[in-house]
Formats: sequence, C-alpha cells, structure tokens
Amino acid sequence: MSVITEVSRWIIPFFLFFVPLYAYWRKVPVYETFVIGAENGFKTAVKIIPFLIGILVSIRVFVDSGALEIIINFSRPLFIRFGWDPEILGIIPLAIMRPLSGSGALGVAAQLIDQYGPDSFMGRLASTLQGSTDTTFFVLAVYFGSVGITKHRYALKVGLLADAVGLAASIWIVSKVFG
Amino acid sequence: MVNLVWLLLLLAGIFTAALSGKIDQVTASALEAAELGIAVAIQLMGVMSLWMGIMHIAEKAGLVQALAKISSPLIRRLFPSLKENSPAFGPIVMNLCANILGLGNAATPFGLKAMQELQKENPVKDTASSAMITFLALNTSCITIVPASIIAVRMKAGSISPTEIIGTTIFATTCAMTAAIIVDYLFRKRHGL
Repeated sequence: MSVITEVSRWIIPFFLFFVPLYAYWRKVPVYETFVIGAENGFKTAVKIIPFLIGILVSIRVFVDSGALEIIINFSRPLFIRFGWDPEILGIIPLAIMRPLSGSGALGVAAQLIDQYGPDSFMGRLASTLQGSTDTTFFVLAVYFGSVGITKHRYALKVGLLADAVGLAASIWIVSKVFG
Repeated sequence: MVNLVWLLLLLAGIFTAALSGKIDQVTASALEAAELGIAVAIQLMGVMSLWMGIMHIAEKAGLVQALAKISSPLIRRLFPSLKENSPAFGPIVMNLCANILGLGNAATPFGLKAMQELQKENPVKDTASSAMITFLALNTSCITIVPASIIAVRMKAGSISPTEIIGTTIFATTCAMTAAIIVDYLFRKRHGL
C-alpha cells in the first residue's frame, strides 16, 4: 500500500525530470518541442468545450429537477421483487449517478458515507463502487467529441454493461469481505 | 443511442420540474452547468497544455515509440485492427498507467492524444472505430489502485480505516475491466472490424 502511494507521489516529478533530460541528450530542441505540443493540448481543451457543456447541461437539469429521485423511488419495488436485499437499495442513487457525472457521484457517495457511517456496510459499498468505475457517459461524449466522432456504434452499451458488472462485483465482494 | 439518452435526460428533467412546480430550477441549473463546462475546460487547458507538451518531447525523443514497442503483447492483442507498431499504443499505455495510479489529471491528456492517433488510422472519420471503442471500454472500467478522492472522503467522515476499501475496489474494477474486454470482444465479433 505505502509503496503504491509513494509511486503515485514520485511518478510525475520523475516524468518531468527524465523526459526533457533524455530528449535533450538525444538533441531534441526541448523548449520549442514542448510549446508545439502544448499548443495542441490547448486546442484540444477548447475543442471539447461544446461537448462538455452539452453533457453537463442535460445531466444537471435531469438531476436538479428531481427526476433522478423519482426514478429511484419508482424502481425500488422492482428491485425488491427481483430479490434484492432492501438494505442494499440505498446504493441505487450512486449506481445511477456514477456513469453520468464524476463530481455528482462523489457528492452522492460522500452523502451516503455521512448518512450510514464510513465503516458501515453501505459506507464501504459506496466507497468501493465510487472507486471502481469511471463516468462512462461523460468520457464517451468528451473523447469522441474531441476527434469529431458522431456515430458511437456499440460503445455506450459496452461501457454500461461493464458498469453493471462493477456494481454487482462491488456488492458481492463487500458482503463477502466485510459482511 | 447517445442522442436518445441526451434528449431523454433533458426532457425528463424539464418535464419533472414543470410538474413539481420547480420550473425556475431548469433555467438556473442549465445556466450553471454551462458555466461549469467552461470552468472545467479552463482548468483542463493548463493541464492539457502541460502534458501534451511533455508528451510531444517524449515523442520526439523516441520514448513514446519505445513504450509502444515494449507494451505487453497482451495490450496489442486487444487491438487486432491496429498495426503492430501503431503510434497509438504509446498514449494508450500511458493513459491506462495514469488511470491505474489514480492520476486523473494526467490520464485525460494521454487519453485524448490516444484518440487523435486512433482517428488517424480510422477509415470512416465520423464513426467510431473498433479500436476506439476497445480503448474507451478499457479506459472507463480501468483498475484503480489508489482511489484517492474517496479515501479523502472517508478520512473526513472519521473512518477507523479509510484505506480498507482498496482491496474490494481492486476486485470490483478487475471484474468490470474483464467484463468490458469480453463484452467488447463479443460486440466486435458481431459487428466486424
């Protein structure tokens, strides 16, 4: 564990030290090269703005209006009928939020952890789920948008199926390890 | 499918707000979210410029190509449509490494760079290539060893052992990533390269 934390701390300074040094030794004009690359980075950041705004607006309106809560309340009896433990149902808001918005999901996870306690079953489950998948919907929109792809084919299906497996695996392993 | 999801989220939100008498919330939320988009982009501009700059140096020095060459045969096997020495492998591997280490800020520039390289080899420019979908499947389900933000939340909430969820997180992400690879493989078989 501490080894991994140390690696995370050192990797970026190491990278910033080693790459320009090695390049200089290989006779690369390091500063000019950096500037050309940085310009490309800047342009890419500008290029993704429309996609960022499009996604953020529709998700924000959906969540703030209370539509998410209604769906959660509506789906609750459905999950119970499928044999879910009612205790686990508290995780549904996070499971729905996770693929949509990173900061939104972190907010929901923090709220669950506060409400149930960090060392409760729900607190550990929320922590595991939050750490276990990425914001699929958001990443697809921004990454595809940045290179002008408008036809996503089966990408969203693959991402959401993986998220569903991540949810099931989180519930199973947290019950198993901490149950 | 993305068009439909986007439209449904937006319309369902406005509909719900109208029915529950919170229609003003729609205006406020939409405008706030638009501003947030710019704030995120401005923050990204700095980070992206820095990493794309360093990345370009690494490229000119031959480091990215070297990384692409030594990147495990496993990674290459996941992308059968790419040439063996495709320049996309370098940023793909760096993006996955940054994700694994939990360096979210560094991961995005590498990821977008990978998309640019993949787009160069994409025959139909407005349609996602199989390699792109495989990359995004790996990216969004990627194993994270240190989920730093959630550990911080747990510490703030007074957890006795904030890091105890690392093991369960690694297990869950491993399952998700395995599922992503399998599902992606099955879809690719069905749709062709």
